[in-house]
Amino acid sequence: MRSSNNLKASTNTDAPKEAAVIHLYAAAEKIYPRSTFGFFTKWRWAMIWLTQIVFYGTPWIEWGNRQALLFDLEAKRFYIFNLVLYPQDLIYLTAILIISALSLFLFTAIAGRLWCGYTCPQTVYTEIFLWIEAKIEGDRAARIKLDNAGLSSQKLIKKSSKHFVWIALSLWTGFTFVGYFSPIRELGSAVVNLGLGPWETFWIGFYGFATYGNAGFMREQVCKYMCPYARFQSAMFDDDTLIVTYDEARGEPRGSRSRKADLTNQNLGSCIDCSMCVQVCPTGIDIRKGLQYECIGCGACADVCDTVMDKMGYDRGLIKYSTQTAIVNGWSHTQMLKRIMRPRVMIYAAVLVLLVITLCTSLWLRDPFKVDVIRDRGVMARLAEGGMLENVYRLQIMNATESAQHYQLSATGLDGLECNRMY
Amino acid sequence: MSDFTNSFWPIFITVISLAGVFGCALLLWLTSKIKANSPNGDNTNGHVWDENLREMNNPLPRWWVWMFIITIVFSLFYFVSYPSLGANPGKLGWTQAKQYEQEMAVANEKIAPLYAKYAAMPIDQLAGNKEAKAIGERLFMNNCAQCHGSDAHGSKGFPNLTDNDWIHGGSPEKITETITNGRIGMMPPMAAAVGNEEDVKNVANYVLSISGNKHDNARAALGKEKFAACAACHGADGKGNQAIGSLNLTDGIWLHGAGEEAIIKRINHGITNQMPAQSAKFSPEQIHVLTAYVWGLSNNANHQ
Repeated sequence: MRSSNNLKASTNTDAPKEAAVIHLYAAAEKIYPRSTFGFFTKWRWAMIWLTQIVFYGTPWIEWGNRQALLFDLEAKRFYIFNLVLYPQDLIYLTAILIISALSLFLFTAIAGRLWCGYTCPQTVYTEIFLWIEAKIEGDRAARIKLDNAGLSSQKLIKKSSKHFVWIALSLWTGFTFVGYFSPIRELGSAVVNLGLGPWETFWIGFYGFATYGNAGFMREQVCKYMCPYARFQSAMFDDDTLIVTYDEARGEPRGSRSRKADLTNQNLGSCIDCSMCVQVCPTGIDIRKGLQYECIGCGACADVCDTVMDKMGYDRGLIKYSTQTAIVNGWSHTQMLKRIMRPRVMIYAAVLVLLVITLCTSLWLRDPFKVDVIRDRGVMARLAEGGMLENVYRLQIMNATESAQHYQLSATGLDGLECNRMY
Repeated sequence: MSDFTNSFWPIFITVISLAGVFGCALLLWLTSKIKANSPNGDNTNGHVWDENLREMNNPLPRWWVWMFIITIVFSLFYFVSYPSLGANPGKLGWTQAKQYEQEMAVANEKIAPLYAKYAAMPIDQLAGNKEAKAIGERLFMNNCAQCHGSDAHGSKGFPNLTDNDWIHGGSPEKITETITNGRIGMMPPMAAAVGNEEDVKNVANYVLSISGNKHDNARAALGKEKFAACAACHGADGKGNQAIGSLNLTDGIWLHGAGEEAIIKRINHGITNQMPAQSAKFSPEQIHVLTAYVWGLSNNANHQ
């Protein structure tokens, strides 16, 4: 991967060398992302609405006389609409995890860190928390000013109301999360009547605290230092992967200029060096330095740069989704998109489709009857009346449906074999 | 309360634990900053690969260091509080056995009211109680089924508990007694008392005749006289005696094997059979529930 970690030696290698002490730990610098508007921002908000409506809404759906989606850990039953799964059905979870992983491979191969930029809870909650923050404290400049200002009643009111809303949302998130494991309607009345159990209280608090901490304070640090997944996604990129790219050939040399300036005589590219792309970046990087491991592919810089280009009367797309080969070869949009249908993508897609079909078929044909036949270990075959030999087996029958079933027991394989039910 | 076999091991563990923790602290201190052999201020760490590829410094946030420090401090508190440094028992005095006992005490306290309720119920009533039956079944499956079978029908040498043929008595009191104290069933070798080999065979045929099994009439007639030696325990009519645990020979139930050969073997060699006492394993209340379950197995007609 091309990364800013590996900086090619530039002219200053000629400077006199002397040993400098560098610190491998430093105070994390707070990032104040500026709000954005535009194509990718709209998509991200669409995904935020979709994922959050699903997350907050699903536990409230009723199915027959129970919750539609409920993971009852105590009874070891997992209700998914008309499906009831048991720990014995773990293979389906494995299949879903493999499908999720493969989908990730597929999306990442096509267009980079789509998951990170649009649907990852870390991004989604950070975006929601940022929105709340911007509503209460104002946008980037106002927030920086407020943080630098001394303590005042206004600052106190703004800060405390922000945290109040954050905590309220976090607790609601924790409550919803626990609602997947403990029937949410009963949980709701338990909250109202102060009758929560110790585990429910702990998990609502824990999940709420995690939301508050991660979306309110940790933010990009989770992606940069904690998320293993952020690091290995870069390994799935290739030269045809769509990534948020700064068009260096067009943008450089960068420099400020008047809106009406005629560029023909000046040695200037399209980049006006307004630093908007840096101000909107939720991870605080400069996309103009090229692809970096911190980039979560949210496209905020592309959106804001398009706005700037519009104002300047330049073409859009100085920062855009593009591929390495397209930039190098100067391909058109269509040429670039044609490369999506490359073998890597086709193989991922084929395996994914196959797995989804297999999973659906397997679920469709699933036998809800499970039985264990256990031979009595302490008791040998014994003589019974009429000179017959008797063996004892214990049957553990599991009815994985939600209705009563009748089972008939019979034994085959030997002449004159009889089967007597004892209990 | 350490179980070390050699005084070397506690020292070994102490040294390794402390060296590990202090080693981590040292490593953290040594790696928090490095001397970079690079031009001042360009934020590279001086490592160069492939002629001109240099590594930039991306410092971890400082709270990360604090997490390491908190972990180290935690481990020191842990060393003091818990048995972790060799044979040192720790300030809190925690042991696995103690925790187990505490959990058992809590569990016992929780189920005590349930068992108290059952203890107050007479056996015949308890046998009809669904919940008690389920508890009894679980107790039986975990503790009795190994010998008596999960269907309680027993096998050779292990009595069937469902046929209402009781060796030591089938009243609730007797069953409780059997479970609590166990039983030893002993039949001495009787060959000498009965007579010669022929006599033994005759007696065996007589025994077969009184239970209505296939037998040699002539031998049975001869054996009847010699059965007197057996009658002391099994009774003149061969119906056994529950007070001393002698088996009933007339009901066609053969604890130690059916047929002439098996009977001859028993007369010649006798047998000692034992049911171990269960009093150490169960509380009296549990035995009460178990008794109801076992009693119910052969008296279930009235209680289902």
